[in-house]
Amino acid sequence: MREYFSNIWTSLATIAIGMKVTFKHMFVPAVTIQYPDVRPELPERERNRLYVNMDDCIGCDQCSRACPVSCIEIETVKGLPTDDIGKTSNGKKKALWVTKFNIDFAKCCYCQLCVFPCPTECIYMTDVYEFSEFERKSLVYDFVTLTPEEREQKKLNYQKYEAEKAAEKAAVKKPVTPPVTEVKPKIENPPSTETQGENKVS
Amino acid sequence: MMYDFFLDLFGNEILAAIVTGVTPLLFILLFVLFAVWLERKVSAHMQDRLGPMRTGWHGWLQTIADLLKLIQKEDISASANDKPLFNLAPILVFAGSYAAFAAIPFSSYFIGSNLDLGIFFIIGISGLVVAGILMAGWASNNKYSLLGAMRAAAQIISYEIPTILVVLTVVMITRTLNLHTLSEMQTGYIWNWMIFGGPGTGLEKFLLIPLMFIGFLVIYTSTLAEVNRTPFDIPEAESELVSGYHTEYSGMKFAMFFLAEYANMYAVSAIVSALFLGGYQSPIGYLGNLIGVSWLVPIEQFFWFTAKGAFFVFVQMWLRWTLPRLRVDQLMALCWKYLIPIAFVNLIIVGLITVL
Amino acid sequence: MSFETNKSIEYKPVVKTEHMVLNMGPQHPSTHGVLRLELELEGEIITRVIPHIGYLHRCFEKHAEAMTYPQVVPYTDRMDYLASMGNEFGYAVAVERLLGIQVPERVEYIRVIMAELQRIASHLVALGTYGADIGAMTPFLFCFRDREMILSLFEMTCGARLLYNYIWVGGLSHDLHPDFVRKTRDFCTYFKPKIKELNDLLTYNKIFIERTANVGVLPLDTAINFGISGPMLRGSGLKWDLRKDDPYSVYHKFDFNIPVGEGKVGTVGDCWDRYWVRVLEMEESLKIIEQALDQLPEGDVTSAIPKRIKPPIGQVYARVENPRGELGYFIMSDGNVNPFRVKVRAPSFVNLGVMDVLCRGHMVADIIAILGSVDIVLGEVDR
Ligand code: SF4
Ligand code: SF4
Repeated sequence: MREYFSNIWTSLATIAIGMKVTFKHMFVPAVTIQYPDVRPELPERERNRLYVNMDDCIGCDQCSRACPVSCIEIETVKGLPTDDIGKTSNGKKKALWVTKFNIDFAKCCYCQLCVFPCPTECIYMTDVYEFSEFERKSLVYDFVTLTPEEREQKKLNYQKYEAEKAAEKAAVKKPVTPPVTEVKPKIENPPSTETQGENKVS
Repeated sequence: MMYDFFLDLFGNEILAAIVTGVTPLLFILLFVLFAVWLERKVSAHMQDRLGPMRTGWHGWLQTIADLLKLIQKEDISASANDKPLFNLAPILVFAGSYAAFAAIPFSSYFIGSNLDLGIFFIIGISGLVVAGILMAGWASNNKYSLLGAMRAAAQIISYEIPTILVVLTVVMITRTLNLHTLSEMQTGYIWNWMIFGGPGTGLEKFLLIPLMFIGFLVIYTSTLAEVNRTPFDIPEAESELVSGYHTEYSGMKFAMFFLAEYANMYAVSAIVSALFLGGYQSPIGYLGNLIGVSWLVPIEQFFWFTAKGAFFVFVQMWLRWTLPRLRVDQLMALCWKYLIPIAFVNLIIVGLITVL
Repeated sequence: MSFETNKSIEYKPVVKTEHMVLNMGPQHPSTHGVLRLELELEGEIITRVIPHIGYLHRCFEKHAEAMTYPQVVPYTDRMDYLASMGNEFGYAVAVERLLGIQVPERVEYIRVIMAELQRIASHLVALGTYGADIGAMTPFLFCFRDREMILSLFEMTCGARLLYNYIWVGGLSHDLHPDFVRKTRDFCTYFKPKIKELNDLLTYNKIFIERTANVGVLPLDTAINFGISGPMLRGSGLKWDLRKDDPYSVYHKFDFNIPVGEGKVGTVGDCWDRYWVRVLEMEESLKIIEQALDQLPEGDVTSAIPKRIKPPIGQVYARVENPRGELGYFIMSDGNVNPFRVKVRAPSFVNLGVMDVLCRGHMVADIIAILGSVDIVLGEVDR
């Protein structure tokens, strides 16, 4: 009998305590961030869409090899001795034409493993997180700055060069003028460049 | 009452009858629009969220948007359904709760039908809901729906008993089943309400107060169970039965269930307030009487009645967002071991007091 | 073999009846992912439960064989996705033992802080979803609100919210953010009253106690026979915690208790006890975090990371106390850059095995309570 009434009492009491808690929370300011109107401030180490600064990329393929899901595809062509491919920002001379640098963001798991081994720190994570697409293949980003024709050109050039070398024809002709046309990569809003540079394990 | 009023106004019996019938429906629709929004907001703020914010001011148009969505939705019915029953069930469920509104006195004029057996009629007609729910569960041809429907039927029928016992307690004191008369008896000020012992005087009233409080708690709990709200939302326990008897419904048929649920919430709140909290009576007297404008009084009464109903609906929501849910056997134990004995003892004591 | 079943309700069929087979999941709101339970019912009483798993199988173990050692780390994240830090921690400990390297003190301290924060976050999900399973939605959202703060701490440290790839073999990917220590202390002071609030709202609620006390009682010997670990084992009353009983990293330096189930409101080893152990463990984790923050040494977190991980031929088994129990990594090396074999002892998987014993004789609604208290993560069950 005592248990019977204590049951009633504890039920009513605990329900009242619970109701007090929820009632108090009616007047606590909400934690909701009204996303499209208000944007959360992202920490500086945010890991979202990758960006590759092709001016600095030497085409060493280290990032592609570090990637656990193989979503970076890089193809390079050796530059001719006469080509001026340019220099990286830390002064290394580039020796390869990067004719293909695709990152498939549908596969990418944003693990950042590709960022650390890069010798020139040219691949990094940005804070762009809104890049949904209707088709999967539009998530394959092409970072190469050369136009498709130029890429073909470079490959042909190198093949020709090889062939010529193989035939051991000493006559060198037709110096190829490097193209100067700037082709913008697919990224519309160039992301902020200050990323987690200071945390790099080189 | 309302029918006479409209008859005077239109001079046509059929038109008056139709308008009398449609007015509660209009009220239900408006109330549901408000209640669904309120439920969202209440739950959101209790959980430190904001709830709908993007449709109108603080999302007040959200329910309308939802309604539009539900109307547009395809009316899916699986091939193994029992089609006639499947289509009939939502209508029956809604009809049950709609019919209950016929006898609810919103104010001394706004009452669909001033039945002498008002409260009896309401309790009887809500039985239709059980039939509808069972139909829905059976016709869906889905094990979860069937389980949900069986639970709902068992639950609603069991919890009618404590409800009726408490209603009887009140009726014993007031000696009327007519909700209108019942409300009229509680006129005056707040201490004339049944929860404070009713219109009686002296020692009898004094003795009745704790008993009425107990009765009030019992009837509130059991009506909560009758409308399947947490902690008694076992028939549609989403974590167990997906969503119980209306799992298979979509579009407007689902909306009918939804409408019926919220209409029921208001109906039981209205009954509780009519029985215990003076119905449409104001706790502090009427402005209309004070300044001598007699047509203001029914409007004030309507306001008070709606406010009391809305308050209890709010408490229902509050409970829902606070409490976990009981298990089926515990639900039955609560009814048979706690509510019914308490209500019974209460009934007997009140009976003795009124006789002596 | 005879395992005790919880026959809380005896039934003797008089008429020959057929059992109803009810399929719960893989699409069901409270199977915590894609678990499918085949239930045999006698009315609402359960006579048998057969869990069907594999809907989330992602070949972790086979994948690992094709990856280099550092590349496996992001994959370990995805096993118990509510406790990624713990998974990485275990993997790092295992490979470091295989390599025989020592990591700097600071790294160990940060790892412990992260693992304990992760334990709180994971338990918050467990407790919150448990409340939601039983029907109380509000504690669920409160728990997620607080978990969000922990996730922000992680995000600040390594840039990711769920799948961190933070604890590496031999070190960490980043050092702590300069604000981290202060914010974590803030969190600790913020969070303590929230535990009390959770207790008020849910733990001591009579309805909640009714739903969980004496339900799904797991006797200690059954628990040991089934190889149960983590809060489930402690809920059954055994003081067994790898952080104390097989200390790894720097756990021996901290002072904390191991809460065990005592049957405060029911029988020892019931759902409420398992729940209660988790609540207490959050408090203990807070203690560890505060101590670790106080003692946090200075140092470099990346200095010990090997340039090229190529362990000698051999094998190792390392285990850590994850929020869900003993997470063990068995790694076999053939002297290559890829592991020859990686086998994971996943606590959720082992704990799930006892479902049938726990559920027999209970009602359908209890399945939800029991499954919630077992606290599985399907990503880890299926791997
Ligand atoms: S973030 Fe990870 S998955 Fe994505 S490209 Fe880099 S290494 Fe590959
Ligand atoms: S590691 Fe850096 S430099 Fe090398 S290919 Fe990748 S992006 Fe280019």
